[in-house]
Amino acid sequence: MTRSAVRARTRPTVGQRLLGGFGEILITLGIILLLFVGWELWWTNIDADRAQTQVTSEFVQGLQVGPGDGSSAPEKDFGPAPITAIPDGETFGVFYIPRFGSNFAHPVTNGVGMDVLNNVGIGHYPETQEPGELGNFAVAAHRQTHGQVFWNIDKFQAGDKIYLQTRKGFYTYEWRDTEIVHPSQGEVLLPVPHEPGAKPTTSMLTMTSCHPPFTTRMRIIAYAELESWRPADAGPPAEIADLVKKTMEK
Amino acid sequence: MYAWIFRTLPGPLWFRIIVALALVAGVVLLLMNYVFPWLSQYSPWTESTIGLMLL
Repeated sequence: MTRSAVRARTRPTVGQRLLGGFGEILITLGIILLLFVGWELWWTNIDADRAQTQVTSEFVQGLQVGPGDGSSAPEKDFGPAPITAIPDGETFGVFYIPRFGSNFAHPVTNGVGMDVLNNVGIGHYPETQEPGELGNFAVAAHRQTHGQVFWNIDKFQAGDKIYLQTRKGFYTYEWRDTEIVHPSQGEVLLPVPHEPGAKPTTSMLTMTSCHPPFTTRMRIIAYAELESWRPADAGPPAEIADLVKKTMEK
Repeated sequence: MYAWIFRTLPGPLWFRIIVALALVAGVVLLLMNYVFPWLSQYSPWTESTIGLMLL
């Protein structure tokens, strides 16, 4: 083999080097894309969980709650629920949803911008009613990423309760039904969903998230009706008494 | 490109390996703290609200 042939084999030409560099860039972009998927689907949950636990404990610090009776006897009737006024951009409650996990305690904040949903989890549609008010108290949260708070929104079963703790006390909602709609169907947020102009006679809770998971093609909507209410000094309902205690001690 | 960077790093082999790992870690941190949060607004997984008509 001649000297120049050896040189040609060991020293790549300009074209080969350009091609090699281009390949390296493509591989790098591929790795960055995979990293992004990992970050979005996994890391944002860790970040958001930490932030939401923090917000929850800060919120419950300021609350006074009675000991509760802890019994499974029929709950006392405390009359019609008062309205919890929702201040602009503030966290005003904590949701406890046993169907989403025995430790599910997530704060709810006014507003449904990405600043709320990405960081503090559940957001209240400001145009909709307040807890306890006749009409529709509507909230949104991510199905996946950023804490994936409503990941299990499709798992509700008859009789499932959704508890909301505010400054005033505990609202108990009972799941009614779930539907899948197009992202443009804002009428699910009306005081009486799908019925413009109708006068509401009940207090509802509407939860929205995306569907199917990992897409934004449709929206999943879960409806619940206000079933009962307990003032704060009467303590939490028996089913979530332990969880509330744990949350408030954190 | 990467071969060139590795050759250009000063010091003995073990030192160059450590510097290279530190560079990779730095790039990943930069991505996670600045690039990904920005990119996230175009991500297909983060929309869960519903279009609001005037109520």
